[in-house]
Amino acid sequence: MNNLVWLLASLGLAIAPHLGHMPLWAGPLCLALGLWRLAIARGKTKLPKKWLLFLLTAAVTAGIFGHFDTLLGRDAGVTLLVIMIALKLLEMQSQRDTLVVIFLSYFLVITGFLYSQSIPMALYLFVVVWVTTTTMIGYHDVNRGLAVRPRVRLAGTLLLQAVPLMLVLFVLFPRVPPLWGLPKDAHAGMTGLSDSMSPGTISQLIRSEAIAFRVQFDGPPPPSSARYWRGPVLWDYDGRSWSTRTPLDGSAEVELLGEPLRYTLTLEPHNQRWLFALELPAALPPGSRASADMQILAQSPVQHRVRYSLASHTRYRLGAELAENERQRALRLPAQANPRAQALAERWRGTHANPRAIVDEALGLFRKQAFFYTLNPPLLGQQAVDDFLFNTRRGFCEHYAGAFVFLMRAAGIPARVVTGYQGGALNPLGDYLIVRQSDAHAWAEVWLAGQGWVRIDPTAAVSPDRIESGIAAALPEAELPFAMTQLDLAWLQRARMSWDLVNNNWNQWVLGYGQERQQNFLSRVHASLASWQGMAIALAAGIAALLLAIALWMLWHAPRRGSDPVQAAYRTFCARLARRGIARAPHEGPADFALRAAQLRPDLAAQIDHITQCYIRLRYGRQQEAASALRQAVQRFRP
Amino acid sequence: MAGLSQRVATWATHRPLRATAFLRQLLRPAPDAAPVTLTQRRIYVLPTRAGLIFALMLFVMLLGSINYANSMGFVLTFLLGSLALVSILHTWRNLARLTVSAGKGTAVFAGQDARFEVCLDNPGGIARHAIGLRAGGHAGDFTDVAPHQVACLGFALPADTRGLMKAPSFMLFTTFPLGLFRAWTHLDLDMHCLVYPRPAPEALPLPVARAETGAGRSHGEGHEDFAGLRTWHAGESLRQVAWKAVAREQGMLTKQFAGEAQQDVWLDWDALAGLETEARLSRLTRWVLDADTAGQRCGLRLPGCIIAPGLGDEHRRQCLEALARFGL
Repeated sequence: MNNLVWLLASLGLAIAPHLGHMPLWAGPLCLALGLWRLAIARGKTKLPKKWLLFLLTAAVTAGIFGHFDTLLGRDAGVTLLVIMIALKLLEMQSQRDTLVVIFLSYFLVITGFLYSQSIPMALYLFVVVWVTTTTMIGYHDVNRGLAVRPRVRLAGTLLLQAVPLMLVLFVLFPRVPPLWGLPKDAHAGMTGLSDSMSPGTISQLIRSEAIAFRVQFDGPPPPSSARYWRGPVLWDYDGRSWSTRTPLDGSAEVELLGEPLRYTLTLEPHNQRWLFALELPAALPPGSRASADMQILAQSPVQHRVRYSLASHTRYRLGAELAENERQRALRLPAQANPRAQALAERWRGTHANPRAIVDEALGLFRKQAFFYTLNPPLLGQQAVDDFLFNTRRGFCEHYAGAFVFLMRAAGIPARVVTGYQGGALNPLGDYLIVRQSDAHAWAEVWLAGQGWVRIDPTAAVSPDRIESGIAAALPEAELPFAMTQLDLAWLQRARMSWDLVNNNWNQWVLGYGQERQQNFLSRVHASLASWQGMAIALAAGIAALLLAIALWMLWHAPRRGSDPVQAAYRTFCARLARRGIARAPHEGPADFALRAAQLRPDLAAQIDHITQCYIRLRYGRQQEAASALRQAVQRFRP
Repeated sequence: MAGLSQRVATWATHRPLRATAFLRQLLRPAPDAAPVTLTQRRIYVLPTRAGLIFALMLFVMLLGSINYANSMGFVLTFLLGSLALVSILHTWRNLARLTVSAGKGTAVFAGQDARFEVCLDNPGGIARHAIGLRAGGHAGDFTDVAPHQVACLGFALPADTRGLMKAPSFMLFTTFPLGLFRAWTHLDLDMHCLVYPRPAPEALPLPVARAETGAGRSHGEGHEDFAGLRTWHAGESLRQVAWKAVAREQGMLTKQFAGEAQQDVWLDWDALAGLETEARLSRLTRWVLDADTAGQRCGLRLPGCIIAPGLGDEHRRQCLEALARFGL
């Protein structure tokens, strides 16, 4: 009974983190099945018949298929596993069934890590492992000799002793690349920029405090206004959203100026192919390629944290020559879209011969007129750019960048939208830069003869604070997402930075400990560890040494002389009698032994009787007495 | 010729068998002189079936971790693997350094189950848990042994023939704490249980009492004449205890009857001529029990062994032991 409660508790704890990604009915169903099992154990009802179980299994499987449209994949698989374990409770009879459920409960823990590997999650799941281990001990303590506390403590001791072995295995077990493909949804639910931008896309992303990437500069980092992290470049406008339907072929023509800035960037997985870099990198991260518009693309979507070192130049000339097809694509607009904006651009084109003057005219429009930078812009009508420029005048960076590029194209200047991240906060504790999803940004590039593609950030014209000091400074307080408020509290900011430092190290050293990290780390420790043979030998030796150390510690640490003074004194008494040839038989109770001993040595009868009575009172009596009387009596006892 | 070759072939195939049997006999360890302390060399540890399933699960978890390149998956897999490794030490320690000795055995009749007792002395300061005993294919009990304490485990085996029955070798094992590994040891303690002959099933009247001339033997009328109470001594039959007096808290008193000095019955081996040895012993056993039940003083006369007439549990035990050991 007690064991069952523990089993249900450990299962419940292991299932809890999955509640969020299972169908809504799965949680209550598991609870109901657990309660059913409890009722069976209390004798209120019997184990269900086989056909009923079969029916339930079929119904649940159909329900899961109905919800996910598949039984494969991560979410459906985990849901299936959870509910099958809960159903297994109803046909759990033998000790072996129970053990299978306990093992599956361990297995559930590992599925939890498919969703989150953060520090709090790891701590929580460690507790689940602890509880499950306690449950397992309970089922093997057949005589119920252990109360709850010693059982929990024993499980803790076992786990604590396992930790050093685990560390050796973790560091030295050779990492290999994945063996086969993963289900499609294995990396679902990641936030980040996408390959299209419409009003609202980025302002939604801004609300996420998730980390996009972290950057460690070799020298001092450049000022915020120079920190443009280039991502997707968008060419095609359909009247509503910007996107790139077919990527641009060819390679970019880049002329780098000035001194390079060296840095190492650790990119969080975002399930897209872009690798972000400070504009513009001198060389590409290994295994990636750059498109003609300088998007850096990995070979496959980034599903694991990647780390790459780059050197970037904040001064550069990009695309001195513009190919004809590029020019056409950078000028294309839907014919009927936004007539008022088109008319305005036509007017500028008539008054200014110099494209640069047209750019300034547009920026001046944003700067001088009553345009506002806000996270909550009003909804836009059919002619979105017209509506924004002439009516609402409230928008976020995607509104400004989109409208600006539209105006440029209408005025005959080749232009495109660039998305990415801008700025980032410096963590003074770890001396690295944190770039969050809330730093997502959109800006524009226009092509000017002789200068190539030039970055123009219309948001800077509306809200210079956004570029100089970041999003939190640029938005009115009431609009800030909750996580960004009250950042003026110094201690809170400090705590947040410390926590990020811990997380960064966790990511770099624990979660990022893959093939490459292992190779680097181990070969730095010792040259022989670079090969897998070296690792295997070190692994075997390390484990053997640790096991030996634990075994010795266990023997050393074992309290040899009794921790119980009463028992120790009585043993001394028995040992002294044994030396005189009167050994206590193992099955002989203290009273019987005293009787026999007194018969054999009538001269000692009084002492033997006194000591035995004293011992029995202390051992089995109700009242608490001091053990000193017994100890003194035994000390005086010299047969 | 064919006959000879066949004989050689038979000899050739049988010979090594006999040799191995002989060798086995020779190499069979002598029963241990009790008590035995379980040292490293006596304890074996191997995974249980559950342990193998656990290993399989760890392998699947490892594959999953590799495939998803999931670091925490590796951490968990390695933690559980290390947990299993550490549990080997704990399982082993649960058995190590126990001192095993034979407990007291109680005599039984042939056809009943002989019960043997094994006592485990825990000299250390750490409690032992769930130690099981298995003998001759019969599962025995489990016990815990508190620090510095002794706990006894029993096991029962059918006793078919009278005489001194030797306990078979047995196995002490434990899977505590996690059930992934089993530590065990085989022991062959010099442990015996006395098996009395099987009492003859049918009740025959006791042999006729022969009058014996002896001083102080009055010729009473049996149990009817109540003569008084005297204190009860250990070993006397409980049948004549004055239970009413016990209920009045006057202590254990035995009723004395005028017919106490009734005639002694002699249970005589020679009186049963014509029966086989075992049948005779069965019959005599039955009579010893019947006489005891009836409160009849009786003596036992076996070839080479005479037990003077008497009454009470100790007398009964003497008679039964003589019958059990007869001719062995």
